[in-house]
Amino acid sequence: MAHSIGRRDLLRGLGLAGAAGLVAAGTAGCGSFLDTGITGGKPDKNALTYWNLFSGGDGVRMVQMEQAYQKAHPEVGLDAITLTWGNPYYTKLELAALSGRAPNVAVTHLSKVATLAQAGLLSALDPDELSGYGMTADKFTTAAWDKAHVGGTLRAVPLDTHPFVLYYRTDVCKKAGLLDSDGNLKPIVGTDGFTAALQAAAKVTGGYGGVVNVINDPSTCWRWFSTLYYQLGGRVLADDGRSVVLDDAKATRALSYIRELTVQRKLMPSGIDGGGVTQLFSTGKVGFLLDGEWDVTTYATAKSPFNMVPLPNFYGGTYTCWADSHALILPEGGNPDAAHRQVALTFVRSLLDHSLTWAQGGHIPAWKPVQDSKAYKTLKPQSNYTQAAYAASYDPPGWYSGAGSDFETVVGSAVSAVETGQLSPEAGVAQMRSGLTSYTTIKPPVA
Amino acid sequence: MAVTTLAAPTVPSVARGRQPHRRDDKAGWGMTAPFLVLYLAFLVGPLVYGIIMSFTNASMVKSGLNGWAGFANYAEVLSNSDFWSSMWHTVLFTLVTTPPLVVVSLAMAMLTDRLRRGRWFFRLVFFVPYVVPSAAVALVFGWMYAAQIGLFDSWLTDLGLPAPNFLGSGGWAMASVAIMTVWWTLGFNFVLYLAGLQEIPRDLYEAASVDGAGPWTQMWRVTIPMLRRTTLLVTALQVLASLKVFDQMYLLTQGGPNFATRPVIEYIYDIGFTDYRAGYSAAASLVYFAVILVVSVAWLLISRRQQKEA
Repeated sequence: MAHSIGRRDLLRGLGLAGAAGLVAAGTAGCGSFLDTGITGGKPDKNALTYWNLFSGGDGVRMVQMEQAYQKAHPEVGLDAITLTWGNPYYTKLELAALSGRAPNVAVTHLSKVATLAQAGLLSALDPDELSGYGMTADKFTTAAWDKAHVGGTLRAVPLDTHPFVLYYRTDVCKKAGLLDSDGNLKPIVGTDGFTAALQAAAKVTGGYGGVVNVINDPSTCWRWFSTLYYQLGGRVLADDGRSVVLDDAKATRALSYIRELTVQRKLMPSGIDGGGVTQLFSTGKVGFLLDGEWDVTTYATAKSPFNMVPLPNFYGGTYTCWADSHALILPEGGNPDAAHRQVALTFVRSLLDHSLTWAQGGHIPAWKPVQDSKAYKTLKPQSNYTQAAYAASYDPPGWYSGAGSDFETVVGSAVSAVETGQLSPEAGVAQMRSGLTSYTTIKPPVA
Repeated sequence: MAVTTLAAPTVPSVARGRQPHRRDDKAGWGMTAPFLVLYLAFLVGPLVYGIIMSFTNASMVKSGLNGWAGFANYAEVLSNSDFWSSMWHTVLFTLVTTPPLVVVSLAMAMLTDRLRRGRWFFRLVFFVPYVVPSAAVALVFGWMYAAQIGLFDSWLTDLGLPAPNFLGSGGWAMASVAIMTVWWTLGFNFVLYLAGLQEIPRDLYEAASVDGAGPWTQMWRVTIPMLRRTTLLVTALQVLASLKVFDQMYLLTQGGPNFATRPVIEYIYDIGFTDYRAGYSAAASLVYFAVILVVSVAWLLISRRQQKEA
């Protein structure tokens, strides 16, 4: 009996202690973020939370840029948070903005801006307000600046453009007679020209001429396909993703060429993944690599003799290539008053000013004062493909499109199946169409 | 866990028919309260919310439930070929992995059980892979399976054999994931079987050999029947574990090539998080939940009958 009472007293005591602990934690306000979260109070105006998705070399350079800002603005407590690239990042950013815990400044891909803005998660940027910080339209790459607008309203400040480009091994290409007297790649024109260049490189390596990622990377497959398809003047989606306007003849033509290089001519491996791509190019087993410019540091660190140029014009029409941009956004609710906005926009401007550091990672700075500077122009091979930023074609607008989206997975998976020889080009186009059409009938979750 | 399967749970006759004391009852609730609170808050609550959400257009980027959808989500799930093909990948994976994970672990346990010395060593060797996190396993196997530069590729090429594209072709990708999973999770079943084997009374074997039974007859007539309960448990746990497959597939193939290894959980993840369709993905989860429930109940009924026979 006495034992039983003692036990109950103990439980009651524990319960009381627990409740007291909760109250104490709530009122003590041990961390500003926790405090804001629990009490809903305004954050300190001198605290700046900045979210980004950069790891590896980009992560290191972003930290250098943050440090440069912190040095110039010691009064601001900068809290920079790096989250995993892609889905996990956007999920967290969206949920944070939705629940009123948004960071002051965040990074996004320009291909995601339309979706985020439609969901009401992005604060509008007034041109007059931005011009107060010297950020005006004429100081940015046009294509990126245009893409940062949704329905005529500016929603993001572009930081860079990162296109899909052509890497080449100078040693292999020299032996293949593909370089001019200055040691640069002679211009490659048309699909025939590109095939011939790959054949010449394959003769030197005794194996493949070039390489592009095929397995488990639908995004890269999409980038390669879209560059060809966009050069043919094709479009994939219209009406903000509510209709599929895939041009079967053009898409089949682009896929046939991709397949010709892998399956028929065996000039590029038909089944290779990311690790294999890096290995083949860095050891000189291929002469060419098709990839995003962001791998420049990988091959520079590996001390591979290589150079980079924009992808060729394959069909003789208007030149374009796939690209996306990193941009800075002010999430809705992240900056409750003018004082916060001032701190946030000063930080954005500071990142732009330091984008020469950023450019070392291969990205073309969107900020013209850096892009036109001598320091950037002498940065090689990074400044060889600056023109690609002006010919950039982004992922088409649509709630299921953009970086790391299912749009890229659906289209890229079909491209990959054609590249490995599992599907014919016609069947690949049919699969793209049916995969995308299922999205057009759904009520957009952002509307 | 192994112990409960071996000793038949006999209900003490004293307990039967005795009315529970009211005061004991109260104390019981008090003792389980901390668990119940957590259980309600983190399991029952979200489940109920998920059921409600499955009837709405709930979105990851909109607050609230975003409008009633009725049975539209369920109609879409049931008629969606992507859902059923990913469901089939999960079922196929279960069908491919369960038999080897039961049979091979039994064979290894029997071999280990016959050892007189160094048994601890084999127990450790077979169990260790199970402790390795899925991310590490997927990373290591990813390099071994890799096309052109992978270990398996180079071995087969050295032997003059054509190397398949382990992760790049639809048929091989599923097999590659299955082989990796068998290597990785075999140890758990192995330990259960080893415990089961050690519980079999030695005099049964003595009696059997006196009766003239050879090693094979002993295995078929003594060992395997005596392990029936362990086999039921191992198979049930294995089927459920395989039906829940996600991480090794997501990490090794990201569901590719061309969606050939996308399990149903990845489909739910893609729809819910990448496409923001929380309501629809809740409906898909509940259909998947219903399938698991049917399998579990069927298994329970079968094993009950088996136990009655035993």
